[in-house]
Formats: sequence, structure tokens, C-alpha cells
Amino acid sequence: MAQHHDTHASHGADAHESHGSLKSYVLGFVLSLILTAIPLILVLNDIVTGSAADVVLLVTAVLQFVVQLFFFMHLKEEKKPRYNLMTLLLGLVIVVTIVAGSIWIMKYNMVAH
Amino acid sequence: MANVAANHSSHDHDHGHDGHHDLEALRTMGFWIFIITDCIIFGTLFATYAVLMNSTAGGPTGAELFEMPGVIAETFILLTSSFTSGLAVLSMNRGDKKGLIGWLIVTALLGASFITLEVTEFLKMIDEGAKISTSAFLSAFYTLVGTHGIHVSIGLIWMIALMLQVAKRGITPVTKRKIGNISLYWHFLDVVWIFVFTIVYMMGVR
Repeated sequence: MAQHHDTHASHGADAHESHGSLKSYVLGFVLSLILTAIPLILVLNDIVTGSAADVVLLVTAVLQFVVQLFFFMHLKEEKKPRYNLMTLLLGLVIVVTIVAGSIWIMKYNMVAH
Repeated sequence: MANVAANHSSHDHDHGHDGHHDLEALRTMGFWIFIITDCIIFGTLFATYAVLMNSTAGGPTGAELFEMPGVIAETFILLTSSFTSGLAVLSMNRGDKKGLIGWLIVTALLGASFITLEVTEFLKMIDEGAKISTSAFLSAFYTLVGTHGIHVSIGLIWMIALMLQVAKRGITPVTKRKIGNISLYWHFLDVVWIFVFTIVYMMGVR
């Protein structure tokens, strides 16, 4: 985020779009509003029910995450090597392991039931 | 000493960087690492909630307690504040100090109304007898949603402190990095809220 490549032509390609533009922020905002409206309309009005509703909810939430990462947090504009991206991926692996692992082990834990 | 400094900067110049720039970029990366650790904290709290969400011990369930209009308002308020904190960064990049502080004020006001709504919701639930000690479900609920609320509150205090600093020192590489970091933090809190909204509230009431 805190890069300023005003003088350095060598970064020209990245520098061009860095920090995002008003256009990309507005687009990101509109997308995030749409991605919030979709589950609200579909699920609260019972248009989609059961496990299909879970899928809609989770997919829109993950897309919302992606929108925030790329339109607002400018992850793709990071200069190489992409340490921030690598850290994020490591973190996500840990998070998915914790969440999926906990649910799985509690669901099949016969002692608990 | 001056000689060393001069050497240093000319050396760096060859690489198309300046030393300060590298240090600020490194600090931003440190902030990313902090965000990831926070991500892991929320991951464990989400896992706890997912495991305990049906353990209501005869107490009220999410479907009985949650009132969606308030939660939907909170969601749109936080989404908008994520956008306005982005506009603050855009103003900063243009060197527009007034715009930067103005958008930060808007962001902070939105954040404060989010917290107000959330606290009101909590108080109402407690009034109805849904306390943190009522069931495992509610313990997990208050811990998860409350941790997010505490993050937003700390972000608000931090944001106000930064506004004062920017007003005093102007837009320097250091304040630029700090504003960039709080903006990252704010977007991250928005992401966490989206998952709270989806997993706790939407899946709770349907």
C-alpha cells in the first residue's frame, strides 16, 4: 500500500494502477452491495432453501472477500516478490484447517453425543 | 556520518528505491502478518461457533433472537465505511489532506453507528434473558461477535488518533503508511463481518 513509485520508470507497469482509482473503488463498492443483496433476497424470501441456500450464502461471502482483497486491499498490485500474498495464503490454509478440522472432528466424535 | 548517509542513498538509488521506502514497505508487510494472525483468531472463534451453534441448552435459539433489520443495517453501514476508508486513501494519494481527514471522519461516524447498533442489539438480547452464560451457543455468539465489535472500537480510537496526527504533521511517508494500514485493517474487519453476517445471522435465521 505505502509504495510511491513516482520517479522509478522500472516499476512503470505496476505503478500505473497502484493504489487503485476512483473507478475501481466504486466498482468494488457496487459489487459488494450486489453480493450482499443476493443472499438477502434469495434466502430471506425463501427463493432458495436447504443446502442450496448454504451454497449461495458461502459463495457470495467468499466472493465478497475476494472483492475486498482485490478492489480495496490492492493485493494484486503488490510488487514482487509477493510476500503479503504468501502470508495471506499461509494464513488461509491455517484458518481452513482449524475451521474444517474442528467441525469434522466434532461431528464424528461419538463420545460427545 | 553524512558521507555514509549520502553513500547509502545513492546506492539505493541505483536499485530504484530509497531506504525509507523499503522500511515502510516492510512495516506494511508486518501489518499484513498481524492481519493474518487476527484472521486465525477469528477462524478459531468461527470454528467454536460452528461446533456450538446448536447447543442452546433449552435456551433461545438464533432464529428466535436475531432481528434481521438491525443486522442488515449494520452490514450496509460497514460496507459503506469500507468504501469511504478507500476514498480517504484515494484523497491521500492525491495529497489532499482535507479530503483525507474528511473521509476518515465519515468512516469513523459510520463505524460508530455500527457499534451503537451492535451494543443496542446485545443489550436487547440480554434483556430478553439471552446472556453469555445462558448456553454454549450464546457464549460462542457473544465471544465471536463481541471480538469483532472490540476490533471495530479499537479501530475507531486508532483512526481518531491518526486524524490528529495527520492534522498536525500532514501527509508524510510515515503517516501515509499508517493510513494505508488502518485502511487495510478496516477492509479486513468488513470481511470478517461478512462472514459473521453469513454464518451467524443468515444461517441462523433461515
